[in-house]
Amino acid sequence: MIRNRRNVCVLLLVATSAVLLPGSRAGSEARPPAAQAEVKIDNFSFSPAELTVAAGTTVKWTNRDDIPHTVVSDDKSTFKSKALDTDDTFSFTFAKPGTYGYFCSIHPKMTAKVVVQ
Amino acid sequence: MNRKTKDELMVDHNHDGIDRRGFLKCMAWAGTGTLCVMQGGILKSFALSDASSLTGAPPAGELCFAQISDSHMGFNKPANTDVVSTLKAAVDKINALPKRPEFLLHTGDISHLSKPEEFDTVDQILKSAVAKDVFFVPGEHDVIGDDGKQFLDRYGKASQGQGWYSFDKKGVHFVGLINVMNLKAGGLGTLGAEQLAWLEKDVERLAASTPIVLFAHIPLWSVYPEWGWGTEDSAQALALVKRFGSVTVLNGHIHQTMQKVEGSVTFHTAASTAFPQPEPGKADSPGPMKVPAEQLRQLLGITDVNFVRGQHALAIVDSKLG
Repeated sequence: MIRNRRNVCVLLLVATSAVLLPGSRAGSEARPPAAQAEVKIDNFSFSPAELTVAAGTTVKWTNRDDIPHTVVSDDKSTFKSKALDTDDTFSFTFAKPGTYGYFCSIHPKMTAKVVVQ
Repeated sequence: MNRKTKDELMVDHNHDGIDRRGFLKCMAWAGTGTLCVMQGGILKSFALSDASSLTGAPPAGELCFAQISDSHMGFNKPANTDVVSTLKAAVDKINALPKRPEFLLHTGDISHLSKPEEFDTVDQILKSAVAKDVFFVPGEHDVIGDDGKQFLDRYGKASQGQGWYSFDKKGVHFVGLINVMNLKAGGLGTLGAEQLAWLEKDVERLAASTPIVLFAHIPLWSVYPEWGWGTEDSAQALALVKRFGSVTVLNGHIHQTMQKVEGSVTFHTAASTAFPQPEPGKADSPGPMKVPAEQLRQLLGITDVNFVRGQHALAIVDSKLG
């Protein structure tokens, strides 16, 4: 009976740790769900101006400004949104690590970056 | 004969004997309906209500045109929920000018989101202007998503490269420049090498006495770089027209009137017909500026430009919509 209980305890422990650590990275037993992050566009700026995320994260930009903006990678090809009017959104999933500078192609002084680790 | 040390000082470039103090006083009034005119080398100022005293009998070789800018057709936020009405008011103003303009210049941001119906609406409204010819240059809002293809299809038939062109009216040489394409992260407006090379060729055969008018969307001078209010390579363009006795630069983009004189070059930006924007540095960002409804039309406007042969500079008059 004691053995069974210990086994049960061990089982419970493993199950618990799997439940409690859903966001852990490499080396964990459970697969973490894809992470999400948000960037707000307002007052001619992206915030946060520098966002750090894990590879595989989907970043969603929401335009809260009263003027349209775009989200375009510095190389103008990696990602490129259409014009986002107020409350429009754009999402991009960053599969590969790296630093991705981007800007608004309508108002190029608006710059920011996503750092993917 | 004083050599300029700052941009703001008036240079006695042509030994006109300009009274600097009078000139600076005049500049302070610019945008409130004051006409500053060079007559026989003397700078005089007239309230807009007195402008009719200048119209009299038009001397031969006189040219009159109007500039409008930043109609942002499609914009519908609190700063102005009815940009159609204010554009129509601008056309009414044009049609009521004491001297009928021969044509219009639209210095860009015709549309708000580069949508076909937005361009269509502006075209429709401008049909009721007394001046039937309209010359356009695009703003950054007119070339969204398609590198300006739609703009060029509509308005750039006679243009070269990415949309630049020139034409002559009564001996005045007009050049439409494009500085809203190929914008780079963190950058300002840009003309680019190809356009500058074209400009050099375009003006090289002209006599130095030919009055030149350059028009482009983003200011061709450094109004406020922090807000993108400037053009990276405008100095190169201005060097190409340095030898001319009269150069007028007409821009939009900043949604307020501003004027600067540097030697023989007069820089002027027009008000928007859609919504005002804050003065440089007076707000966090250069977005649409909300004002009480009854004040809106006072911050929107058109520009009337008169060229009189024999006069040194073009007479530029800004009129408010309300």
